[in-house]
Amino acid sequence: MAILVYVENIEGKFKKSAFEVVSYAKAIANEQGTDVTALSIGNVADEELNKLAGFGASKILKVDQDQLNQFINKAYAAVIAAAAASEQADLIILSNSFSGKGLAPRLAAKLEAGLADGAMELPTFSGSDLQVKKTAFSNKAFATEVITATKKVIAVNPNSHEPVRDEASATIETLTPSLDAADLNIVIKDIVRATDKISLPEAEIVVSAGRGLKGPENWAIIEELAEVLGAATACSKPVSDAGWRPHSEHVGQTGIVVSPNLYIAIGISGAIQHLAGVSSSKTIVVINKDPEAPFFKVADYGIVGDALEIVPKLTAAIQAHKANS
Amino acid sequence: MRILVCISHVPDTTSKITFNSDHTEFNQSGVQFIINPYDEIALSRAVELVEGTDGTVTVINVGDASTEPTIRKALAAGATDAVRIDAAPRDAWFVAKQIAQYASEQSFDLILTGRESIDFNGSQVAALVGELLNIPSVSIVKKFDIQDRDITIEREIEGGKEVLSTQLPVILGTAEGVAEPRIPNMRGIMSARTKPLQVLPAVDVPTLSTISKYESPAPRGQVAMVDDVEQLVNLLHTKAKVL
Ligand SMILES: Cc1cc2nc3c(=O)[nH]c(=O)nc-3n(C[C@H](O)[C@H](O)[C@H](O)COP(=O)(O)OP(=O)(O)OC[C@H]3O[C@@H](n4cnc5c(N)ncnc54)[C@H](O)[C@@H]3O)c2cc1C
Ligand SMILES: Nc1ncnc2c1ncn2[C@@H]1O[C@H](COP(=O)(O)O)[C@@H](O)[C@H]1O
Repeated sequence: MAILVYVENIEGKFKKSAFEVVSYAKAIANEQGTDVTALSIGNVADEELNKLAGFGASKILKVDQDQLNQFINKAYAAVIAAAAASEQADLIILSNSFSGKGLAPRLAAKLEAGLADGAMELPTFSGSDLQVKKTAFSNKAFATEVITATKKVIAVNPNSHEPVRDEASATIETLTPSLDAADLNIVIKDIVRATDKISLPEAEIVVSAGRGLKGPENWAIIEELAEVLGAATACSKPVSDAGWRPHSEHVGQTGIVVSPNLYIAIGISGAIQHLAGVSSSKTIVVINKDPEAPFFKVADYGIVGDALEIVPKLTAAIQAHKANS
Repeated sequence: MRILVCISHVPDTTSKITFNSDHTEFNQSGVQFIINPYDEIALSRAVELVEGTDGTVTVINVGDASTEPTIRKALAAGATDAVRIDAAPRDAWFVAKQIAQYASEQSFDLILTGRESIDFNGSQVAALVGELLNIPSVSIVKKFDIQDRDITIEREIEGGKEVLSTQLPVILGTAEGVAEPRIPNMRGIMSARTKPLQVLPAVDVPTLSTISKYESPAPRGQVAMVDDVEQLVNLLHTKAKVL
């Protein structure tokens, strides 16, 4: 009984989360004495597919019918269910990405599988039950979910499992599932993606700013800092509400949840709703002119002072550090 | 057009989340409950869509009697009528089965949920119900427009957006951007008292998973305050090892 993992690509290139989920599945497979089969849907070259072997997939299924070149959750759920049946896989793993959130529940409902969404650690097994820790209450808490159903789906939070290289020799097989026209009655008309930007949910470093920046005209210093760090930019809710930054950058309880290695909060007070979206960051740096700002209580490092002065200096210091190392 | 809006009753966003002593249940004492903020957005858009037409907006909640004040608030914000499925919501699968059962006996053109509930927040219900009813579902919708039976939807993707189109009926999980929440006015509040609220029994649902325990995040260590950026860079490099 292999473990099936569904991997996402963007225009033929795997997302970072693809390697994360293969690696996650491989860690389980090693413990369970089984193998990992990776399923890729869409037009992906064999050379790219072979990269999955580097993280432990020993069989790679590719589905590249033209009708499936774009993500349609209804059709993709049907394809993954078909692959699970042909592989006799009872455990299916995918990423809890934006697309994954629309896909995993459909797949689980189709299979009557138990679904653990937002998994943040490897599962443990007892008998036929699987236990896994996941986020709950908008990241204000964690829950241990026990899946008792025979079929199990785990949607792994982006950035919660570091991909580990584990060379396997893989075979690539083409799967040609029969498609139901009713599953394909969605037309993707347009995709707008800022390709020069690092995707916020997947970013390892996030530079985030709040109302303390005073206005959109001051964001250049935030973007410069992000640039030298190779970071994604984010903001607090009032900043996107005011139209200073796009909604897609708003992090927090009602925005995007991030868990980067480094979160730098600049001119953000640290309201509970904001913290909910960022508290699982590994290291938090806070820059705020008010020494009493609540954000300092949950930070690892803090600097008190005017962001407009400190941020350019920090950018310069990081540049100098990178030049010397 | 007949629209169904799924509303969940959740702890206010400022609530401190604590658990009972054996960590198996959320501690509700002193917690104020509200309509899930995303569901408020969905409801607001639904009311906007039927305004000035003979369309209706039904709200549905799966919950025990304690959720009725939340349901009345949804009626005050402009819903036509309400349904409560009388059961404590066990998980998203249980909720989705109840909603799908009710919706399958009716014929809604459009079903809306929030992108996620801020308590259990699995962002599961829209896609689960979509699969159970065998209709398209789109999660994390930022905007949508309807022309006759055609619907154009903008959904969030990493670093951007995707625009797609399909035909009604569909189910959407809505996020910010779809509409602004409505503040109920006095007339709304008065009329909400007399709008129909039907209570229906729950259907049996097999258990697929359970929650064995909840935990609060471990507190972070003491913050290290630094005086200058060179010192910060040094610490991030040598101690935190993130640079
Ligand atoms: C239902 C609901 C949901 C919400 N969801 C979210 C959410 O998901 N995400 C979110 O972020 N918020 C959310 N909020 C809003 C939240 O409560 C706060 O209002 C918000 O996070 C505050 O944003 P801020 O820190 O940017 O602004 P403020 O609270 O105004 O803080 C600005 C900070 O900047 C500092 N500052 C000012 N000038 C400078 C300077 N020159 N240099 C350095 N520092 C300076 C100030 O000392 C202050 O600490 C929500 C609120 C509600 C009611
Ligand atoms: N108990 C409930 N009753 C009705 N609708 C619900 C309930 N729980 C969740 N929903 C709906 O499903 C959406 C997503 O919830 P979730 O899958 O829990 O994140 C919410 O925004 C609501 O619209």
